Amino acid sequence: MNAPGEFYQRDRERHPLALTPDYKTSVTRSPQYSLLSLQQSASEITGPTFGHGDIDPIDNDMIHNYAQPGESAIGERIILHGRVLDENGRPVPNTLVEAWQANAGGRYRHKKDTYLAPIDPNFGGCGRTLTDENGYYYFRTVKPGAYPWRNWVNNWRPAHIHMSIFGTSFSQRLITQCYFEGDPLIPKCPIVNTIRDKAAIGQLVAPLDLNATIPLDTMAYKFDIVLRGRRSTLFENRLEGN
Amino acid sequence: MVQEVNYLKETPSQTAGPYVHIGLAPGAAGFEIYKKELGWDIAGPNAAGERIRVEGIVIDGTGSPIKDVMLEAWQANSKGIYAHPEHSGDVEEGFRGWGRVITDFDTGEWGFDTIKPGPVMGRSGKLMAPHINLWIVARGINVGLNTRVYFEDEAEANATDPVINLVEWERRRQTLVATRTLRDGLPVYRFDIKLQGEDETVFFDI
Repeated sequence: MNAPGEFYQRDRERHPLALTPDYKTSVTRSPQYSLLSLQQSASEITGPTFGHGDIDPIDNDMIHNYAQPGESAIGERIILHGRVLDENGRPVPNTLVEAWQANAGGRYRHKKDTYLAPIDPNFGGCGRTLTDENGYYYFRTVKPGAYPWRNWVNNWRPAHIHMSIFGTSFSQRLITQCYFEGDPLIPKCPIVNTIRDKAAIGQLVAPLDLNATIPLDTMAYKFDIVLRGRRSTLFENRLEGN
Repeated sequence: MVQEVNYLKETPSQTAGPYVHIGLAPGAAGFEIYKKELGWDIAGPNAAGERIRVEGIVIDGTGSPIKDVMLEAWQANSKGIYAHPEHSGDVEEGFRGWGRVITDFDTGEWGFDTIKPGPVMGRSGKLMAPHINLWIVARGINVGLNTRVYFEDEAEANATDPVINLVEWERRRQTLVATRTLRDGLPVYRFDIKLQGEDETVFFDI
């Protein structure tokens, strides 16, 4: 078998460092030794694949996927949509995108969340979907509320949706958070600020997308996701362009 | 002035947070929503090879077990083939090679049932010892951590494994090797992960 092409090295200056003391939990959960850099083998270049048999069509509709018949979640109805691309600008088709979030009041449906804002009986808070052949995905949901957390005494997370993306290889695996344009909590948040590069933070902020709204029904935000690109294998056994 | 190198930039990582279960293991968060939760069938009933269990805890820099971790495993089948279109060879029907587990909220224990993987061809034609790739996320972990589980009863293969041998400090190599015991006749490999401090697990930038 020819050596398959490797994925571009992750730019760890642009990602958060492991140790970011203002985000207090990172202090005891960050390795002290350096990561050991590996040239990729089949173990890193391959990764799990998913198909439509794994999920239900309604799984990407958080307004309805936990609602009683005829009911829907309370809150600002939004579409969150975008494309999953690689660093070469190519779409990543048929890849699993999972999302989870708090409800409109900032309360998570999780037995460990004791925030006093109430649970919405018609909102679960998770969704999943596969990108189409162009790398496109969308979710319908309600815009999550901000919520307080025990870090400093008065820390509030900006409204955010957690996103988990697979790509085609285990080395592309990524979990991140999507924030919303104009939220004044974004620059105050120690988790956001684990990222030192302001442009990199901007990449996590979804702009309002009026072109994609459904008039009199649902607003829209656009969130494109970029996974690691793949090297051409010019210098290995086969001549194959990017 | 020169032209810009105009690749797109990878989306930066953020922590999975304490409520990762809502999205990726909602049953553990306390509610049923999906017809099928993903990640609980790593090898499937048809997979050939030795049935094993892999388990452990994840320990922070104070020595305490972490109780809100999610781990994903990626492994080859018993013939050393990954269930992926770019890896030549077939895997058994139902063999995914991918699993997802979370730690117990009370004890911090995690574990999954699978089959022992076969050796996989590495770079430059060097065979890698049997291993399972792990990816670890949690509250307080800003970018998911990659490591590998090797097996103590594969000492000969481990001794020539090209990745283990990249670990310059021999004393640290043992952090990648799971210990084997039998429980009710089933092989159980113990793999405790230490995030920080003495005997810190080796993590990879893949």
